[in-house]
Amino acid sequence: MSQLSAISISRRFLRVWQRNLMVYRKSWKINFLPPFLEPLFYLLAFGLGLSALVGSIRYQGSEISYTRFIAPALIGVSMMYNSFFETTYASFVRMYYQKTFDAMMATPLSLEEIITGEIVWGATKSFVATAIMMGVISLFGFIHYPDGLLLLPLAFLGGMAFGSIGMLFTAIVRNIEMFNLPVFLFVTPMFLFSGTFFPLDRLPLWAQKLALVFPLTHLVNLTRFFSFGQIQASALWGLGYLLFFSLILFPLAILKMHRRLIK
Amino acid sequence: MKRKLFSQPVLTEGSVVQSIIEAENLLKKFGHFTAVNRISFKVFSGECFGILGPNGAGKTTTIRMIYAFSPMTEGSLKVFGLDITRDWRRIKARIGVCQQENSLDPDLSVLQNLEVFARYFNIPKKEAQEKALDLLDFFALHDRMYATVSELSGGLMRRLVLARSLINQPDLLILDEPTTGLDPQSRHQVWDRLEELRAKGMTILLTTHYMEEASRLCDRLLIIDHGLILVEGKPEELIQKHVGRDIIEIERPPHELRSYIESQHLDYEDLGHRLVIYCEERNDLYREITKNFCQEGCMMRMATLEDVFLKLTGRELRE
Repeated sequence: MSQLSAISISRRFLRVWQRNLMVYRKSWKINFLPPFLEPLFYLLAFGLGLSALVGSIRYQGSEISYTRFIAPALIGVSMMYNSFFETTYASFVRMYYQKTFDAMMATPLSLEEIITGEIVWGATKSFVATAIMMGVISLFGFIHYPDGLLLLPLAFLGGMAFGSIGMLFTAIVRNIEMFNLPVFLFVTPMFLFSGTFFPLDRLPLWAQKLALVFPLTHLVNLTRFFSFGQIQASALWGLGYLLFFSLILFPLAILKMHRRLIK
Repeated sequence: MKRKLFSQPVLTEGSVVQSIIEAENLLKKFGHFTAVNRISFKVFSGECFGILGPNGAGKTTTIRMIYAFSPMTEGSLKVFGLDITRDWRRIKARIGVCQQENSLDPDLSVLQNLEVFARYFNIPKKEAQEKALDLLDFFALHDRMYATVSELSGGLMRRLVLARSLINQPDLLILDEPTTGLDPQSRHQVWDRLEELRAKGMTILLTTHYMEEASRLCDRLLIIDHGLILVEGKPEELIQKHVGRDIIEIERPPHELRSYIESQHLDYEDLGHRLVIYCEERNDLYREITKNFCQEGCMMRMATLEDVFLKLTGRELRE
């Protein structure tokens, strides 16, 4: 981080964060809706529909219902979506179409602060969405407290990881359509193959190994640990991986953004 | 009670006029392309200084270096006596910028645009609100303060950008083509406001394509092209020096007229279908031409900055 402070990040990044919060609050009712409805829809569809076909699932040596199995994964996926889509499409619109970053750069803010503010905002959106989803999923009795509260800081960490990689894509795409590439080559495969909707051990061994590269695999693992209140030592590996991922991608996103915008 | 809108520069008697911008051998390269080629100039406190030039001349690149938006390749640049590479944050805190492209925040209302911008300068909330309301008054935007930006016309948007650039009570106002794309009414309103600011002692740096704008607002100006300074001076002096006082323009000049003018050793430009003669107090010449060569399509008028500009930068299209 010392290298980062050399390229001037002060607490002023919060100004950028505040700007986004102000816009978010203007339509908070609409913004609250997706994290509220999404788990309901999924749990109803999978609980009522698919569950009857799948029955129960063997997880960590015990049988649990399929809906209970996927509920924490839905939270993990939402942590990914909220930050990733914020720092890709939404940040790109602000940067490219609205010239919001240009305007900010004519003030005492540095580019590093602007990008940091955006990524931290993405992580905040993951945090808020997680809090709302926890409320809904708790009604089904699928979250074990107090361990479940660890989902909140986890949301922020996951948000930093996915927000940073999203910002990296924003720094390198030429136009907004190009986001289709990371969405279909990175986000969608993760959504399906990170142990979200079926346990990873159903996959061939090589695919299981490959899935460990996906940050979502670790994030979903952790959401299950925290939701079920069965925290295992491997949680540290998962946290370490997400932290490592963020610490690499966050400075990289800033560096690439610097290349793109400072001319 | 009317609050004080803008900080006034304190000029004690006998004090030397302070230079606000000192650029020395300012160089900016993009790869192999030299956008600004080692230019030097100074802008003094309280003056309105213009940078004129055709598209791609290096105007925007120059001012972007001054508000620390783009780093210079080489040279030395001081703003308020501070070094831009070291003290950029302190410098930016004292500058107001009106960028060429509309960078208003469409997600926010008119008032919120000002308040959010004030926050970027760490201006306390209450102070920011007062300042924002004053500026909305000054730019006649008060009725629209809860409107969203997309509801505003081009003229209103530009006034809001100007208001926003003054939120930090800047000591230097930088305007990049402040009236491009505005209708005449809006343009004149912007000019009125800028003149008011100038009268209050605000130092202004502006780029423009409009020679009328430059003549009206600028105390001093540069004409640049291909990243180089062609001339520097006061508008009226530049006109006097480079084109004289009067212009005689002749549409579709007959052949005999061309040879006549040739023989008179006049300063003129032959544009093929049109002749432009630069002269001074030459009513006699004008009478001579209209009497002997062409009864129509000949006119004499005052020389303007536009004549200087076209003479120095050429008439071929850019870009």
